Amino acid sequence: MIPVIGLVVGVGLGLWLQPTVPLGLQPYLPIAIVAALDAVIGAGRALGERRFDERVFVVSFISNVVIAALIVFVGDQLGVGSQLSTAVVVVLGIRIFANMAAIRRRVFHA
Amino acid sequence: MPEPRRRKLVPQLVVAVLLGGLAFAVTVQVRGNDSEAYSTLRQTELVELLRSLDAANERASQQVDELTRTRDELASSSQQSQAAQRQADKRATQLGILAGTLGARGPGVELTITDPEDDVNAAILLDAVEELRDAGAEAIVVNGTARVVAQTYFVDEGDEVRVGGRTVTRPFVIEAIGDPDTLAEAMRIRGGLLDRVENSGGTLDIDTRDTVTITALADTQDPEYARPSS
Repeated sequence: MIPVIGLVVGVGLGLWLQPTVPLGLQPYLPIAIVAALDAVIGAGRALGERRFDERVFVVSFISNVVIAALIVFVGDQLGVGSQLSTAVVVVLGIRIFANMAAIRRRVFHA
Repeated sequence: MPEPRRRKLVPQLVVAVLLGGLAFAVTVQVRGNDSEAYSTLRQTELVELLRSLDAANERASQQVDELTRTRDELASSSQQSQAAQRQADKRATQLGILAGTLGARGPGVELTITDPEDDVNAAILLDAVEELRDAGAEAIVVNGTARVVAQTYFVDEGDEVRVGGRTVTRPFVIEAIGDPDTLAEAMRIRGGLLDRVENSGGTLDIDTRDTVTITALADTQDPEYARPSS
């Protein structure tokens, strides 16, 4: 229940404050969001399999975000930022699809 | 049971904070994407975009230059052909009046030759035409039917005279377009047409007219032997 409240509060804050993304963060925010989504979907899968653990979720969430941003940052320094961010999005997208497939199999048995 | 609940509260709060942060970030990102299409692009991408825009701009301005040149060429060539058309029309009019294929109108004289004794012959008519031409006549017609042009010949044919294939009968009326006073004066000159007609026993009336209209056309035929030499 509390996480759902957190979700709603986050959306409300974003709509209410309407902040602009700082220029330095602009390349990293979309990647960080995708990484966080991956962690959230993985958590959803773990919930369905009744082996959800808050500690694992928190660690995977933060590490996902940090590593994704770090990869893109390093890519930017090397001059291959756009390619590396594409790579990160592709990998995370595959993981999201795999986790969604597991959830689907569990829910629909198909 | 309160023990595990309390134990679970803190991690749940942390999860809630993380999810809230995610939701916040998604909202911010989605709103930012809506407002500016280029704001999320990297510097290198922007440079690339700028370069491609520059190239497209250059191509477009090259095209503009080419099309402008083509347009100018077409305009000047159409002006040239218009000028040539006007020139050709003018020339056709000149030649038409000269060759007798066009009607003509202008100031001139009307000569009426009456000779009861029928002594005015082709030679005198030819002389009349020569003197009219000498005085600057530009179009001549005899009796309103026989247009006098370069090919016209004058032949006696019994009591009548043949002028360029047409028979003309007495009294002869010669109409000529040119300066009326000059033409009339040329007829009255000593030894001119007036003297010759009166010597033949006829009379010559010279009327100057503000407008002489010649509608008779010469019979044109394509040259059978003569060909342009160039």
